[in-house]
Amino acid sequence: MTGDAKILPCGEQALTVELSRSIDEAVNRRVIALARDLEASPPEGLVELVPTYRSLLVRYDPLLTNGAAMTAELQARLAQTGKGESAKGGRLWHLPVLYGGEIGLDLDDLAKDKGLSREELIRIYTEAEYRVYMIGFAPGFAYLGGLPEILHTPRLKQPRADIPAGAIGIGGAQANVNSVIAPSGWRYIGWTPVRIFDEAREEPFLLRSGDLVRFHPVDEAEARERASREAAGETTVEPEALS
Amino acid sequence: MTLEVIRIGPLATIQDKGRFGFRAFGVSPAGPMDMGAFLLANALIGNEAGAAMVEFAGMGGEFLAQNALRCAVTGGDVRVEVDGRLVEPCTGFRVEPGGRVKIGALKDAQWGYLAVSGGIATPPVLGSRSTHLRFGLGGVDGRALREGDILPVGPQSDGPLLAYSREKPKEGEVTIRVIPGPQEDYFSDEVRAAFFSTPFTVSPRFDRMAMMLEGPLLPAEGGHDIISDATVPGSIQVPGSGKPLVLMAEGQTTGGYPKIATIIGADLPRLRQLRPGQSFRFEAVSVEEAEEAWRLSVKADRERLSKLKPAGPWMPGSERLLSLNLISGVWGG
Repeated sequence: MTGDAKILPCGEQALTVELSRSIDEAVNRRVIALARDLEASPPEGLVELVPTYRSLLVRYDPLLTNGAAMTAELQARLAQTGKGESAKGGRLWHLPVLYGGEIGLDLDDLAKDKGLSREELIRIYTEAEYRVYMIGFAPGFAYLGGLPEILHTPRLKQPRADIPAGAIGIGGAQANVNSVIAPSGWRYIGWTPVRIFDEAREEPFLLRSGDLVRFHPVDEAEARERASREAAGETTVEPEALS
Repeated sequence: MTLEVIRIGPLATIQDKGRFGFRAFGVSPAGPMDMGAFLLANALIGNEAGAAMVEFAGMGGEFLAQNALRCAVTGGDVRVEVDGRLVEPCTGFRVEPGGRVKIGALKDAQWGYLAVSGGIATPPVLGSRSTHLRFGLGGVDGRALREGDILPVGPQSDGPLLAYSREKPKEGEVTIRVIPGPQEDYFSDEVRAAFFSTPFTVSPRFDRMAMMLEGPLLPAEGGHDIISDATVPGSIQVPGSGKPLVLMAEGQTTGGYPKIATIIGADLPRLRQLRPGQSFRFEAVSVEEAEEAWRLSVKADRERLSKLKPAGPWMPGSERLLSLNLISGVWGG
């Protein structure tokens, strides 16, 4: 299964292992499998890995290795991991969500557009399992795949200013949890009190590429209680390890 | 111990070497736009290599030292005054308590540095003091410096005052070497040929995130939208406008535009130091040539730092300055 992979130079200090030019869950699984394999036994000179939807950026130190050696190594690793993916190293997060309200300001409009009741929309969103395809755009900002098709919604032409951290959004075929306050053209249906990014925390970033995420509704009292614990530096959720 | 910002140009920030290891979480390292000039400034006054300092963009500023400090200004040719006395750039100098350092406009570069002994001691964020303006991390509240900012300075110890005789940037046509790809096949043969045969000019639209280039338009026959993948510093992205954008120290870690080429590590600081209006040409090299260029540039940077000479002979023309025990400072450390 290495025949369709391309190993492309990004300057002399990085290579992109391009597994596909389109989005596909199986491709993303291979990206993550390759990243986990390299992390578990790093080749000489490996500096950093950046998994994305359909490729893996491999940064290396050209004083310790070189492009030709790293390319050969990556080809060998692809042959080993190419058959598919094991969930080993994967994690499943259960994130509490306060649906609607000030932050989930698009919930009622979206339900109406789709001919659903508010409760039906929440149920459909909650029953799905999401996968972190990539982290980018902002610190810890996770692009989530797995949004049920009925909930696919185009982004706004005019982004809104100052969408708060923790806002639960829909953009096209993807979902996200806002990691920092930022302008956004996504549509927002709720808010999680869990901090996706907290620079003061020992683990500043909650989510990693390849993680799975499920959402469950909570009431305002629970959301506020968790928010104050999170503000005090506590992480109120633990991931389930997948094996 | 503090350094007060009396006047400051735009886009001036606190920088250390950068915040590494977080690209997979969407955070580019920030750090100095010209690592060589950064390392030189610290070396000239005997600081640790990665001590944080002030980076400025074109225009310097005026600074008030609360206590005695050793300082150095690097990056390019620039007028530097200490309490009305001229000092050379790329040369360590001493400031008395209450002394003022005035830095003018860089004459032949875009990014300049003011290092002070002990380093700027703003609190580290994710292990680094570097300011990331786009994300508001590090430095002074994650923002550019302003008049009236009071910057904490680290503990002082004895150290040298050294000098480096800087070569002027070469006159004549500038060549910046690139490795084509990773998405050069999104562009036709004609567009790729124009990319290498026609000069580009640095546009006034630049910041620590990206530099926009003026030159031949680069339409991508494969389209200007790709499924976002990862970038590196020096990635040349081509959005729908056809005008290339070169990613810099705070460049986004992932992007949805095809990348026609990547600037090689050895030439990236040189490109960043070009000023708006300056033109240059791209030249394609192989990965092997770029690796060799990188080895040579790392070696040259090391040699440069190992061959610094004591600053002086000091000619302050003032008994008072001589009484400040400058000479022992030169030879200390």
